[in-house]
Amino acid sequence: MPFGKTAVSCIPRLSDKRHRWPCSFSSIADGNGEWSPLPSAVFMSSHDGSQACNDLSLNSDQRKMKKGDPVISTEHTAQRAAWFNDPKIRAILYQIAVLGIVGLLGYYLFNNTVENLKRQSIATGFGFLNKEASFEVGESLIPYSAADPYIRALLVGALNTIKVAFVGIVLTIILGTFLGIARLSKNWLVSKLAAVYIEVMQDIPILLQLFFWYSFFYDILPSPAEALEPLNGVFMSNRGLVFAVPEWHPAYPYMAMAFIAGCIAVYFMRRWARKRQEKTGQIFPVFTLSLAIMIGLPLTTWLLAGAPLNMSVPELEGFNFKGGLNMSPEFAALLIGLVLYTAAFVAEIVRAGIQAIGKGQVEAAMAIGLKPGQVLSLVILPQALRVIIPPLTSQMLNLTKNSSLAVAIGFPDFVSVASTTINQTGQAIEGISLIMVVYLCFSLLTSLFMNWYNKKMALVER
Amino acid sequence: MKLSKLWLLVMAVVVAFSGVAFAGPTLDNVKAKGFVQVGVNGELFGFGKPDEKGVWRGLDVDTGRAIAAAVFGDADKIKFIPLTSVQRFTGLQSGEVDVLCRNATQTLGRDTELGLDFAQVNYYDGQGFLVPKKNKKIKRAKDLNGATVCVLPGTTTELNVADYFRENKMKMKPVVIESNAELAKAFFAGRCDVLTSDASQLAGTRAVAPKPDDYIILPDIISKEPLAPAVRHGDNQWKDIVNYAVLAMIEAEELGITSKNIDEQLKSTIPKVQRFLGVTPGNGKALGLDEKWAYNIVKQVGNYGEIFERSVGKDTPLKLERGLNALWKNGGLMYSPPFR
Repeated sequence: MPFGKTAVSCIPRLSDKRHRWPCSFSSIADGNGEWSPLPSAVFMSSHDGSQACNDLSLNSDQRKMKKGDPVISTEHTAQRAAWFNDPKIRAILYQIAVLGIVGLLGYYLFNNTVENLKRQSIATGFGFLNKEASFEVGESLIPYSAADPYIRALLVGALNTIKVAFVGIVLTIILGTFLGIARLSKNWLVSKLAAVYIEVMQDIPILLQLFFWYSFFYDILPSPAEALEPLNGVFMSNRGLVFAVPEWHPAYPYMAMAFIAGCIAVYFMRRWARKRQEKTGQIFPVFTLSLAIMIGLPLTTWLLAGAPLNMSVPELEGFNFKGGLNMSPEFAALLIGLVLYTAAFVAEIVRAGIQAIGKGQVEAAMAIGLKPGQVLSLVILPQALRVIIPPLTSQMLNLTKNSSLAVAIGFPDFVSVASTTINQTGQAIEGISLIMVVYLCFSLLTSLFMNWYNKKMALVER
Repeated sequence: MKLSKLWLLVMAVVVAFSGVAFAGPTLDNVKAKGFVQVGVNGELFGFGKPDEKGVWRGLDVDTGRAIAAAVFGDADKIKFIPLTSVQRFTGLQSGEVDVLCRNATQTLGRDTELGLDFAQVNYYDGQGFLVPKKNKKIKRAKDLNGATVCVLPGTTTELNVADYFRENKMKMKPVVIESNAELAKAFFAGRCDVLTSDASQLAGTRAVAPKPDDYIILPDIISKEPLAPAVRHGDNQWKDIVNYAVLAMIEAEELGITSKNIDEQLKSTIPKVQRFLGVTPGNGKALGLDEKWAYNIVKQVGNYGEIFERSVGKDTPLKLERGLNALWKNGGLMYSPPFR
């Protein structure tokens, strides 16, 4: 620490000749917490120095001056405190200066950009968002046609990014947790297989993996006319994976409502069960009953509605399959690539989290008679999650950001749609800023949620 | 690709910071550098692609060489920069290249809102469809309802094909991949039923297919695609040079001057030829170039007919007819104003 060093080395020297310096230091240090590292380093690292300083502060020039000529000295100290040597004001001044410089630089950049664009007569502003996009987008969660404006095309892209990121994150956490636990397995083969997987996946760049999966889809799978049908109603071809889904029926919204009602009932049941256990010590079979309620309620609704069973089965019509649900090769390749890649990192995080818990914890939990499931859910997980969540958040953000590699394999994510928009309108600066803002929003929202969850999971000290 | 995103960002930063880079005439800048930077396709056979020895070949490449020959008297004082369809205009706007010879279609929007200026068209094209022969159901473009269509992003063809399907109340599913090579790979592997692009580009893509004979270009041409070199808006002198470099090749063909017979033509007594070759001075000074500029173009690069035939003509794998690109005297659109 350079501060401590200089202070220590200069104190004895100063104490011999110039008394004013160390004293003004110590007086500032006493008056203001911000400077405290300096004298505390002095006090801690050099006993002689601290003594010298204490002595000096007693016999300081300032005090002598105060006695001799109070008017000048108050004026003097007042001036120094109010303006130049008051660290608080000085800190604020520095901040204002830095902010000013940054502001000026930003203003210069903005002005210069506008000026340059004007000189090159390139259109500026976000007016293009309401113009007709007139290009098609491969897949969309909302109805979209080439007649819609750019803003809707961009929304389609953003929703596609959210779709792949959300499904990807859920699958990654499941697969990653599974792999992380497998890595710690006592079974030699399982643990080594997990280790090999993790090492291989971490070491191959994600872009290469995406190309691999994409070419796997279109090179290996046959054309729709010769599609593979591994299961009844499931077709695999180079146009993607098509599978039968239940046809729309008015009973489905009610089933969804029944499921939500079941979830609420389960929530209150758990609270009641916990309170009862705290009071009486009796354990209520919460898990079994929760499962029964959450499956039973929608099932009863379905049966009451007459058990509709019509399926929308995909059929080959013209160039492609009609009906059913289609998962395009681009989406599938992107999802598989992202999940397999990120899961390797998540597995290491989960392993680290579990290994961070002392062996004694588990032994103690078992000694007081908890079942293995309870040891996991009541002792290991609550503590492990605290270690796992922060790095897991960054992996979730990584997955979301890596999804922009979709451009390479033709999945219409936000970046892909935005770069087409940039090219058709020529407004690169607006387009790039939109990309940055949208990814910033995605990342901040994910962080916000994970930080909230982290706080909830954090150790509550009593 | 992430890379191209980064690249666009860099371009945006360059636009933001550069104060005077675009103010001065491009010609001075080019002369100071000692070479012309030309944005080319890089992946398109017949227009802009290095051959197996690494020598750049193609119609657009030769157009670039003609500009270098006009400016420096040396067609090799040139640097080719491959740009994807998404990068090309940003690359030109930000000063990464001095001129874009990258099979770009001239449109009103690009001419105005993108801040570009298009020179003389060096290839009149139209959008077509490439389909595998084995799919016997497709005879005309109208048979394509419900098809999966491979298309490059950020092109006029991407917009035209959407228009065409909308107009004819047909449905399509686009597969959009930025890299020309990756897109062609996906198409040849059967990911799409049809690949759409400018007809010349389809011919170039088919030429590099694993089995070129398995694919045919449908007879329907659904758009006008005048492909022209582009420069930044506002530097008129530079635009004139690029414009007349292309026109000189057309004029040379019309005058019957080729790279082979040009030295004999120097002795010609026809005033038109004397003016063209700079024997009678005037044209070079007017453009701010050496009086031998047109001579250098034809001598080192060739006339339009020569570069057409060696890049995309009948003896190349593309086997394209002159068609619209014949001289006006032969029923085409290639027409040069008088060189005086």
